[in-house]
This record gives sequence, C-alpha cells and structure tokens, in this order.
Amino acid sequence: MSTIINYAPLLWQGLLVTLELLVLGSALALVIAFTAGLGRMSRHMALRAPAAIFIEVFRGTSMIVQLFWAYYALPLLGVELPAFAVGVVVLAANEGAYAAEIVRGAIQSRAAGQTEACVALGIPPAKRMRRILIPQSIPAMLPSFGNVLIDLLKNTSLVATITVLDLTFQGLTIRTSTGATTAVFTTLLVVYFILSVLLGQMMKLLERRFAIDRTAKPLRSKLASLVRSERASTGGSGT
Amino acid sequence: MTWDTEYALSILPRLLRGLLVTIEATFAGIAIALVLGLIVAVIRYLRIPIVSHLFTFYVSFVRGTPLLVQAFAAFFILPDYGITMSALLTGILVVGVNYSAYTAEVYRAGIEDVDKGQWEATTALSLPGRPTWTRIILPQAVRKIIPVLGNYWIQMFKDVAILSAITVSELLYTAQTIGSSDYRYLEPLTLVGLLYLAVSYPAAIIVRRLERRLAFSR
Repeated sequence: MSTIINYAPLLWQGLLVTLELLVLGSALALVIAFTAGLGRMSRHMALRAPAAIFIEVFRGTSMIVQLFWAYYALPLLGVELPAFAVGVVVLAANEGAYAAEIVRGAIQSRAAGQTEACVALGIPPAKRMRRILIPQSIPAMLPSFGNVLIDLLKNTSLVATITVLDLTFQGLTIRTSTGATTAVFTTLLVVYFILSVLLGQMMKLLERRFAIDRTAKPLRSKLASLVRSERASTGGSGT
Repeated sequence: MTWDTEYALSILPRLLRGLLVTIEATFAGIAIALVLGLIVAVIRYLRIPIVSHLFTFYVSFVRGTPLLVQAFAAFFILPDYGITMSALLTGILVVGVNYSAYTAEVYRAGIEDVDKGQWEATTALSLPGRPTWTRIILPQAVRKIIPVLGNYWIQMFKDVAILSAITVSELLYTAQTIGSSDYRYLEPLTLVGLLYLAVSYPAAIIVRRLERRLAFSR
C-alpha cells in the first residue's frame, strides 16, 4: 500500500478526469434522454422514427463497442474528435438512450385522466406536456435515473480503453510502473464504490425533494450526514 | 477510406467465430450468475447474523464498482496468488460473479413478492425448511422474475465485450486484432455493432413477449 502513496497525485488527476466525464456525460445524457424520449412519443413519424432507431441502436450494442467505433472507425468517415470528447459523447448517448425509455415510460404511465382534463380545459398539447405531464412524471423518473447515473459512473472506466487518462487508466499505469497490483486495484475498487454510494445518497435526497407529497422528512439532518460522510471519504480515499 | 463490402465479407467468418466465443461466455456466465445469485438471495433472506450482512455488502460492492476494473483486478491479482487460468475462464468467472449481485437482487424481489399466506400455510402444514423453499416459495418467486433475468442475460451478452480488455478472444477482441493487422477499423467495428444488434434486438423482443405471456396467465 505504501508504494502507491507516492502515486496519489496521479490517481487524484485520474479521479478528476473521471468526475469531469461523470458531470459532462450526465448533463448531456439528460438532454438526450428528454429529446429522444419525447421524440419517440411524437405524433410525427419524422421525429418518432429517428428517435426510435437511435434508442434501439444504442441500447442494442455494448458501450465499449460504441466507444471503439467512435474512436477508431468514425475518423475514417471524416469525423475526428479527441478521445475525451468521444468518451463524453458516447457515455451520454448510451446512457441517454436508456434514460429516454425511462422518460417515455414515466410519462406514458401518467393517468389518462390528466390528459383528458387538459383536453377538457383546452390546454394545448405542448403546454400539457411542459406544465402538466413532465412535472408530474419527474418523481417517477428519479429512482431509475439514479440507476442510470451509477451505471454512467461505472461506464466512465471504459474510456480508459480509448486512452482517456481517467482513474482506471492511471491505475493501470501505476500498476505497470510499481507492480503493486493488489494495492492499485483495491484502491480503484474502493474509490469507485465510495463514488457510487455517494451518488446513490444524492439521488435519495433528490427523490425526497421532488416527492409529490411534501410530508417529506426534514432534509437538513440527512444533508448534514451526507456532508460528513463525504468529508470522511475524501480523507480516506487517498490512502 | 470508404466501406469495402468485399473486405467486410472476407472477415465475417472470423468475426462469427468471435461471436460464438461471446455467446459461449454469456451462457457460462449467466449459469454462474443464476446459481450464485440464488444462493446469495436465500442467505440474505434468512437473516443469519454477520453472514447475511457480509452478503449484503458483497451485493452493494459488486454493484458499485465497474466490471472493467473487476476484470482487470481478477486478471492481474489472481496469478500473484498462484491462481492461473485462461483469460476466457477468468472473464467468465468475473461476469458470472458480477451479475450474481444483480440476479441476487432480482431473486430477492421475487421472494419478497410471494404471498405471506404461502409462508403461513407451510408453517401450518409444518413443512420442513427445504421443501418450503424448493417446492413452494422458489417456483412461485422465479416464475415472475424470468423476464427480468432474461433482460440481464441480454445485458451480459453486451458486457462480455468488456472482456476484450483482458485479451479474451471474443467478438470485439477479434475485430481489434483484424483492425490492427489490416489497418482497417471501419468494417470490422461496424460489423461488430451490427452483429450485436442482430442478436440482442430479437432477444429483447422475445423477452418482451415472454413478459406479456407470463403476466397474462395468472
């Protein structure tokens, strides 16, 4: 374990890259999820078909295959992006496709009565979606979004295979130069695990914040404990 | 460089052999996941002090860490402790163990979904523990979760591609080998994507149909 302490700065750099991928990837994934999810529900074939094809292609193939394709094959078709950008875009497209189905499922499972009430009140379709159906569906989406977010975090490790210097890549580098195999991989697994747990707790907070019945339990104590555990984990993860 | 159909056809047989390895690994992996997941789920349900907690931690740890890192860890660490096996076998064990954490959660949901009256009836009839599980609870629990397990199977099929990173000669690895020796990546990698779609899309439709049939026959 002591040998890799010297390499802590390298791991820290890798962790930052992983977190950047996580933040940028999930922001873009959210945009893609709503675009493709709503597109697939459209009355117009010209919107519905591309959205459906996008969703099925990205859900039907592995993310690592998509990464390799975008990194090695796409430049041959004239589109050349830096490895980091490829990582962000593919992560977002892949997880966005899964999240699009969550968006669609949540909105379609809203009571038909809501739609009928809107029609009766003369609320136009676009406004019905924006002001009535989507806000009501968000609590139903959040738990599944949480799973997608944790998947996205875990999938950030795959970008190491296309030479993005993320946490996993730095771990592999350190293993090659020190040979401290067990220590390196234990550290990686523990750091990823802590990140997943933190993300899970963050989603639970959001779920409570957006719960339809606002008899939600007080946020303060939970927040305080989260901050405390975060401090503990950042103190412990480097060693 | 543009798409060359003739070249694509010439590498197709090698890719199909790679696909066969992927499918074999998926079958072996899901077999491990189904058995191990069931054991984990039952042990957690029995609430044995300490042991059940350990398995709860096992499930959340495996689910909270990336498969790629788990694969690297097993591939590099095990030989250090004198355990040597082929990359394929390591890969199969890793996906099997990884998915056992997910199937354990699915089984748990299935077991908890079994009506309380069934448990009470087994107690009233003083049925011993083993037949209670094997004849009463599990058959009812498993029936409802078959489509969910099917979805995990498809997911595993896609995740096997990650094992290319530890040199398992499955579909993606085969394509990479072809790509680096012929300096052509467009055709092999595109074919890999198409082959993945060709298997997983029909499989997803079958699972969806299964879901509908099992739901209606109640």
